[in-house]
Amino acid sequence: MNDASVYTLRPGWRLQWEQAQERHVLLYPEGMVQLNASAGAVLELLDGERDVGAVIAALRERFPEGEGLEDDVREFLAEALAQGWIREREAP
Amino acid sequence: MSAPQPTHRDLSAGAPLWLLAELTYRCPLQCPYCSNPLDFAAHRNELTTAEWVETMRQARAMGAVQLGFSGGEPLVRDDLETLVAEARQLGFYTNLITSALGLDEARITALRDAGLDHIQISLQAGDAEVAAAVAGSPKAHARKLAMARAVKAAGYPMVLNVVLHRHNIDDLDAIIALCDDLGADAVELANCQMYGWAQLNRAGLLPSRAQLEAAEATTARWRERLAARGRDMRLLFVVPDYYAERPKACMGGWGAIFMTVAPDGAVLPCHSARELPMTFPNVRDQSLAAIWYDSDAFNRFRGEAWMPRPCRDCDERHQDYGGCRCQAYLLTGDPAATDPVCALSPQHALIEDAREEAERAGRGGGELVMRNRRESQVFCRE
Repeated sequence: MNDASVYTLRPGWRLQWEQAQERHVLLYPEGMVQLNASAGAVLELLDGERDVGAVIAALRERFPEGEGLEDDVREFLAEALAQGWIREREAP
Repeated sequence: MSAPQPTHRDLSAGAPLWLLAELTYRCPLQCPYCSNPLDFAAHRNELTTAEWVETMRQARAMGAVQLGFSGGEPLVRDDLETLVAEARQLGFYTNLITSALGLDEARITALRDAGLDHIQISLQAGDAEVAAAVAGSPKAHARKLAMARAVKAAGYPMVLNVVLHRHNIDDLDAIIALCDDLGADAVELANCQMYGWAQLNRAGLLPSRAQLEAAEATTARWRERLAARGRDMRLLFVVPDYYAERPKACMGGWGAIFMTVAPDGAVLPCHSARELPMTFPNVRDQSLAAIWYDSDAFNRFRGEAWMPRPCRDCDERHQDYGGCRCQAYLLTGDPAATDPVCALSPQHALIEDAREEAERAGRGGGELVMRNRRESQVFCRE
């Protein structure tokens, strides 16, 4: 994973804020991943345009105090990729 | 006068997450393992479009977010596209659970435009001959394959569902190959569970242990093969309760996260519960919130107070909630019994007997009663 990689949600999957649960959820065919706050904050930024570097920069701006933020984001994205929640966008 | 019953708010803070909307019991197929109630023909007074919209609105307001349109065959309803659009507008993730009969390219596009998120198509077998015998329809299989390809081409995530039983489980290799060829993203290999019509036809449906073990091995081989090819097709193998040693945590617990609304508006904790000797509330009479939180039916098996021994002293009671109430009732006549699937159940011999029966039966396994209106009338009269 390098900073220029662009990730998007798996096609047909949807990220949604659920007020009733007070968290983001990732919705997929007949199922749901209930996300913690940091996972929701990262996935929210995967708009198909931002690359990993831009995602980290946006989070850094939002959480300037966050220690180890960069490593956490990379680790989470690798995990999300392994789980099949996200996919790497083909190079344009 | 007894003490007031604890309500769900006392027992757990949980809101429903799942709404299964059984739009109709009408279906062009006659699968002999259908989970619809045996007397489905007695329930003809389907909710109107407006009543469904109001039901979905209330469920969404309570926190439900996954919505399944099911049946019967939901495509029989010509207001399906309207309901999908309303559901999507409300913020549901919308799943259509269908035989694909009644689907065509124009309808796939209309559903897409309405915002449908996912279509799950059922297949009965890997080849047309067995599929025709199981579904009671000679043409359905070819139609399903054509529609599966069209659904995939339209860009939906595609899940195929195949109910496995003793007549098709030996063909699992061909079934998975077919799903692979159709471009499925996931395949549910759902071993037939014994409710509704399946329970009626159990002797003709339950596979032998050898059949089941061969199917598990086939699935494992396919997982390796798919991984080696880098093909992302998840295989979900659902073990039949009758070969498990512990019961499943049915529906994640009674009235915990899931509710079904039946075609006539009856609200159930699962799609089989109508078989229980209980009265279930109806959306035509009460709000969904009142039904979910306060009705006797939804509170009856919440918590632990209702549990018999050995469940009530069991360390695993928080994992399986005593198993399935419908299965307990169908096998023992008591909906509050420990699910006999559990090896600790005093009535586990009922399951062992059924397994032995499956060993003795030939592949034919007796006559199957097909699920149709005529056969259902027999049960309506009882």
